[in-house]
Amino acid sequence: MDLPILSSLILLPSIGAFFLFFTRSKSENKITVKYVALFTSLVNFFLSIYLWVLFDQTTSAFQFVEDRIWIEGLINYKVGVDGISILFIILTTFITPLCIISVNNSVTKRLNEFLIAILVMESFMIGVFCSLDLVVFYLFFEAGLIPMFLIIGIWGGSRRVYSAFKFFLFTLLGSVLMLVAIISIYWITGTTDVVQLYELGIDTKYQNLLWLAFFSSFAVKTPMWPVHTWLPDAHVEAPTAGSVLLAAILLKMAGYGFIRFSLGLFPSASEIFTPLIYTLSVIAIIFTSLIALMQEDMKKLIAYSSVAHMGFVTLGIFTIQQQGIEGSIIQMISHGLVSAALFLCVGVVYDRMHSRLITTYGGIVTIIPKYSVLFMVFTLAALGLPGTSGFVGEFLILMAAFKDNFLVAVLASLGVIIGAAYMLWLYKRVIFGKLINSELKKMIDLNKSEVFTLTCLAIPTLYFGFYPEPLINTIEVSINDLIDTYNYSLASK
Amino acid sequence: MEISIIALPLIASIISGFFGKFIGDRNSEIVTSLLVSISAILSVIVFYEVIFNQYEENIIIAKWINSGSLEVNWTMKIDALSAVMLVVVTFISALVHIYSIGYMSHDPHKPRFMAYLSLFTFAMLMLVTADNFIQLFFGWEGVGLCSYFLIGFWFKKETANAAAIKAFVVNRVGDFGFALGIFLIFYLFGTVNYVEVFDQIPTVVNEKLNFLGIEIKAIDLICILLFIGAMGKSAQIFLHTWLPDAMEGPTPVSALIHAATMVTAGVFLVVRCSPIYEYSELALNLVTIVGMSTAFFAASVALVQTDIKKIIAYSTCSQLGYMFFAAGVGAYNVAMFHLFTHAFFKALLFLGSGSVIHAFKDEQNINNMGGVWKKLPYTYALMIVGTLALTGFPLLSGFYSKDAIIEFAYLSGTTSGYYAAGIGIITAFLTSIYSWRLIFKTFHGPYNNKEIRIDETHESPLVMLIPLLILSIGAIFAGFIFKELFIGSEGINNFWRESIFFLEPLSTDHPPLWFLTLTPTLVTLSIPLAYYLFVKDKNFSAQIVNINKPLYEFLFNKWYFDEIYDTLFVKSSKKFGLFLWKFLDVKVIDGFGPDGISGLIQKFSIKAKKFQSGYIYQYAFIMLLGFSAFLTFLIVK
Repeated sequence: MDLPILSSLILLPSIGAFFLFFTRSKSENKITVKYVALFTSLVNFFLSIYLWVLFDQTTSAFQFVEDRIWIEGLINYKVGVDGISILFIILTTFITPLCIISVNNSVTKRLNEFLIAILVMESFMIGVFCSLDLVVFYLFFEAGLIPMFLIIGIWGGSRRVYSAFKFFLFTLLGSVLMLVAIISIYWITGTTDVVQLYELGIDTKYQNLLWLAFFSSFAVKTPMWPVHTWLPDAHVEAPTAGSVLLAAILLKMAGYGFIRFSLGLFPSASEIFTPLIYTLSVIAIIFTSLIALMQEDMKKLIAYSSVAHMGFVTLGIFTIQQQGIEGSIIQMISHGLVSAALFLCVGVVYDRMHSRLITTYGGIVTIIPKYSVLFMVFTLAALGLPGTSGFVGEFLILMAAFKDNFLVAVLASLGVIIGAAYMLWLYKRVIFGKLINSELKKMIDLNKSEVFTLTCLAIPTLYFGFYPEPLINTIEVSINDLIDTYNYSLASK
Repeated sequence: MEISIIALPLIASIISGFFGKFIGDRNSEIVTSLLVSISAILSVIVFYEVIFNQYEENIIIAKWINSGSLEVNWTMKIDALSAVMLVVVTFISALVHIYSIGYMSHDPHKPRFMAYLSLFTFAMLMLVTADNFIQLFFGWEGVGLCSYFLIGFWFKKETANAAAIKAFVVNRVGDFGFALGIFLIFYLFGTVNYVEVFDQIPTVVNEKLNFLGIEIKAIDLICILLFIGAMGKSAQIFLHTWLPDAMEGPTPVSALIHAATMVTAGVFLVVRCSPIYEYSELALNLVTIVGMSTAFFAASVALVQTDIKKIIAYSTCSQLGYMFFAAGVGAYNVAMFHLFTHAFFKALLFLGSGSVIHAFKDEQNINNMGGVWKKLPYTYALMIVGTLALTGFPLLSGFYSKDAIIEFAYLSGTTSGYYAAGIGIITAFLTSIYSWRLIFKTFHGPYNNKEIRIDETHESPLVMLIPLLILSIGAIFAGFIFKELFIGSEGINNFWRESIFFLEPLSTDHPPLWFLTLTPTLVTLSIPLAYYLFVKDKNFSAQIVNINKPLYEFLFNKWYFDEIYDTLFVKSSKKFGLFLWKFLDVKVIDGFGPDGISGLIQKFSIKAKKFQSGYIYQYAFIMLLGFSAFLTFLIVK
């Protein structure tokens, strides 16, 4: 092992943050601060691409594993990636620099600290996706809350304190139960090493309770119905960059956790609780889509649509079929790109008009044409139009769900209809129509950096819509193996 | 060469859409028209090869989705069926592109318009050349998207925006059924490739499954689900409501998308899946019934409408109904024949009406027209040709295809077939009446427009008239020339070959002579009748309306479909959404969840706060209470 590439990925952003800590953010060197942060995150991005290049797609074993003793006989610092986790790491390193570019207008005070929060958060997120020890995973998973809490609480809107606490309350509640479960796993098996746990397996009699404990944490973070109500509030109050991180990366931790831990460690419990997940997912898809239809606040609308999209993800994971899980991962990646872009789009008009209300806008297509085109691309991706990445994920998930349960697939497909309605209606009310509000005439079209960030998100959205092979090839073997192990452990029960 | 048929429109669209600003309006018009025309010429070459050299090919362009056992590629499948569609799509599209140069000459967004048209052509070509259901679905939604863009092209019009969204969402309802059909196909056969699916069909003929509590044959279910998709796209009854509204778009769009190509995709789907439909009697009957109901319903509504484009839109709806019931009685090739001829005369009628609207400076109400046949001689003559072809006047193209549909329905020997034939004849009569009503009200009688003087109406420029002329040649001769190829017994063996599947060969009998002459006679007689009703004696038709006021209202309001759907689906889902949000999320979940808990803690702490009063005597009193309680406890113990 020459270069500890994963540890570097985790540490680099924090080192950048450390440097920032000693930089004073006076008005003249605001730019410098931003460049330091941007440089750090870009190095990290290229490092993660290098990781993808080196990654061996033909094996399901963990790669780039680093194993260091942390607390003798108790906890090891162990990291590694397989096909399931690598894409999330790349998503994280890809979104972070775009986030940093986008902070231009939305954050006016304490820019320095804001960038530190973002970079530290990147560290934690990468840690979540590559840790192979339950305790290490837990630490990263929970630590991720702190920067987010601060981002909402310090740089948020008028009701930021309420939202930050709601966010914290919900997510902490679930997490405590997960901690208890991790401790019990240690007492039952004597290890918290994920690879060893995969081999040992956990006695079926403990699985149900443990599964529920993990579930309570993941369900809140996904978020699943009915513990989703923190998300719209958090999004509305968070600054644009915060919303982007929250939607694009933070929500993916839970989906990843379901695949890695719920399916991997507790197969028999997963089998038992599949109907529960199906029910909650379908409710999430239909209910929150209908709620999204009625929103007046653009950010809230997109937040609710996120809940619906994550409903597809949880549905796909628990079909426990190749297409379903692959669809879920693609859906998560796609949602990461698309929701990030949609929140950026809202941010763009908010920066100019300081309003998120849909009724403020209308008839601006000729005033800001570039914006209208890019916004349309992401609207279409959000409603799952074929040729965008949103379609591939959704279609695979529904296809797999149909194999398992007709009713679930039929109900979930209804969400696709409502999805088209609320997205197109949003677009129409904001972009098309007659120009009534004369203030809007002063709006300026996208500047260079905005065009750049949105185009960076549009290209993979379309590319993976037409050619998702690079994604599928990366995850195929690992998922295949996961399903084999799953079925094997069910059969041998 | 084959791939460039698909690629050229896409390139055209990209050039005009992204670089239109740099190359200018005129250049984008020329580039798009030229590239699509080349694509049309190449299609004709392919069509020629298919007819005379039995050319067949399945070109794999790239991989698309390969997940587990699911394998989907980007492909281009060429056989008789797709060759026919290629010609129809690219040919009409090229003419519409050229026509648009004239029609949109005053519009400030020409490059965008041309880009949409070309993009639509690309999506439609992807649809017809797919070799699997998912690429078909790609094209299917792609054309829906372009239709959305084009209907809402005049984005400042509130009605245009509403119509665009309605079109997309209603189509999504159809797509919902379609997607479920694809899922079921994958569930049963483990593949979505046409050939692989069709090969396995005979093995599952008797398989039943339980779908949402209903015991149903698997094949029936597949066909019904796919047909729901077809109903959405082809605007069949219950899912037709978007088509008349779609007339908000510019007229060339109506000609291309809502007459000749996109709306026929549903028919194409049923014909493409003939190897499945042939095994499902239930589905075929359903197709027949829906087809004939739509044919009749739409024709009845068209009788009383006053918007020139809406009349033609309902007429399209009705003609699509004919195609469906042709497919329903098993005469898939006849359905394709009518699709083929219909493309010419319906595009002609739409573009002709566009020319009229152009002349009247955007007036669409036929009550505000009249008496201009001398002012618009070419448009008038060409519209007459279109009308004759549509109504099935002997020897014009509609005559061959529509009468063949009615004959085959009659010959199918099933109950639904007889009904369909009967309805077909009645509808043919109605078609003739409303079509001539349109012609007479538009071109004859007194001049009724108050906005502009009659001398201000003017004939359209050549760039608009030449496409009309070419289409009229098709409308006259397409039936006669291609009759043998499409519906002759020779054609079935040598032209269609594998692309259409017949479980039992089509009947080669001939219906009795009285039956054969019935429709043409009715159609011919209806011309003087319509002339009398709408030009000679207007009081008489007004009296009919007065006597049957409720019926007139019922027809005029399009059988009240829109109102019913609005209450049933739109309003109720909005209400339900509001309930879920304001009550369930805010009151119940948050009320008992975070807000409830924090509220509870706050209440507690307020109570607890009261204890910390700071008065010594209070603390002393509490201490005394505690001490005595403790003592009592000890003593009792």
